[in-house]
Amino acid sequence: MKPPPFSYHDPRSISDAIALLGRLENAKLLAGGQSLMPMLNMRFVLPDHIIDLNRVEGLAFIREGNGALEIGAMTRQRELEFSDLVRNRCPLMREAILQVGHRQTRNRGTLGGSLCHLDPSAELVSVAAALDATVTVQGPNGTRDVAIDAFPVAYMTPAIEPNEIVTMVRFPLWPQPHGHGFVEFARRHGDFAIVSAAALLIEDGAGKITRASVTLGGMGAAPVRASAVEQALIGNRPDDKLLREICETCRKFEAVDDVHAPAAYRQQLATVMSRRALERARARLPSMATAH
Amino acid sequence: MGETRKIALTVNGTRHEADVEVRLTLADFLRHTLGLTGTHLGCEHGVCGACTILLDGLTARSCLTLAVQADSCSITTVEGLAPGPDKLNPLQEAFRDNHGLQCGFCTPGMLITLTEFLRDNPNPTEQEVRIAISGNLCRCTGYQGIVAAALDAAKRLQGVTSA
Repeated sequence: MKPPPFSYHDPRSISDAIALLGRLENAKLLAGGQSLMPMLNMRFVLPDHIIDLNRVEGLAFIREGNGALEIGAMTRQRELEFSDLVRNRCPLMREAILQVGHRQTRNRGTLGGSLCHLDPSAELVSVAAALDATVTVQGPNGTRDVAIDAFPVAYMTPAIEPNEIVTMVRFPLWPQPHGHGFVEFARRHGDFAIVSAAALLIEDGAGKITRASVTLGGMGAAPVRASAVEQALIGNRPDDKLLREICETCRKFEAVDDVHAPAAYRQQLATVMSRRALERARARLPSMATAH
Repeated sequence: MGETRKIALTVNGTRHEADVEVRLTLADFLRHTLGLTGTHLGCEHGVCGACTILLDGLTARSCLTLAVQADSCSITTVEGLAPGPDKLNPLQEAFRDNHGLQCGFCTPGMLITLTEFLRDNPNPTEQEVRIAISGNLCRCTGYQGIVAAALDAAKRLQGVTSA
């Protein structure tokens, strides 16, 4: 349970880090270390080189621009948790971050690390999917943007070339007021969810839904958008009967069968978690606030 | 011995310089190089929380941190909590008085985790305490005494500051 031998590099700039990636064979990038370090300790990975991003300048920031929250890849999960900008402008992320690991792991873990590790039920990946985020990737030939739905290419495999680094994620903002809800089912608080659900809702003056986003995490290699549920909400009042009916359709999603849960159990959770996330989002709509 | 690097850091107020192998974890540096065996290693993959230390004032798993990453940082371990050799701090006293430990293996991680938690949240609810220690596994005391100790410590610390 000790890391294997490797050479250690701690570049100070993004361009130096990219140059190292291009030059070194079998190198791994080290961000917050909350996934790579266990994998090193258990020797699931045997890199010849570790390129530590923790001393690279300019990768940790949270700012609002172009109708989005732009967040640097090395921003700690702790910073997301305590950011007023995140709390006020992107409350879905705030609700999700409290369910990411524990204080000790959020103090070190980063946004970019979580996205690149791409655990199937990682909360931040689901938040990115729910908000149609864009991932900015930088390589020797400059930067390019990858839409979040094209970011996962396979199980725990992001669409990044070996000589590229994720530098920023752009989360488009939903106009206020909107309702949000992030719920998950995990056996213990802070564990990866078996299934999670994220919901966002906007209503018109008559209490009918004009915009909806519903995302399920943990079903397969990447989060899935329940677009049929989203469409069924538009133009309707999200009453209990409607939510129960449309969330039942989430049972049709394919789900993995593994040591944590059989597929049918995940599909059952999908119907329940999507409904609970929507109920929570609904309760935060302005019409509900005035009704109670 | 593989690649090494010189690091300088402060541990419990004392400055240390050392040549360390770059793959050495901070936990092993504290335990083996400095002889500070109060920091315990349970799982060595970031689940049990026994190796929790304060890194520049914030909790971190020292089994998931490389010693080279702590270069120029300030570390607090469980050895740095008590005010003197024959004295306990209020949190440690609360653990003693509320049966917050039995075998003591998880205790260093619990104490460090709660040191940060009670600093940030001086008047917590029981539920908040349970969430705060959810990243620290105890396999013998049971969490009841630990939660009671944390709530008692919060009272004692508020008494100390208001006195």
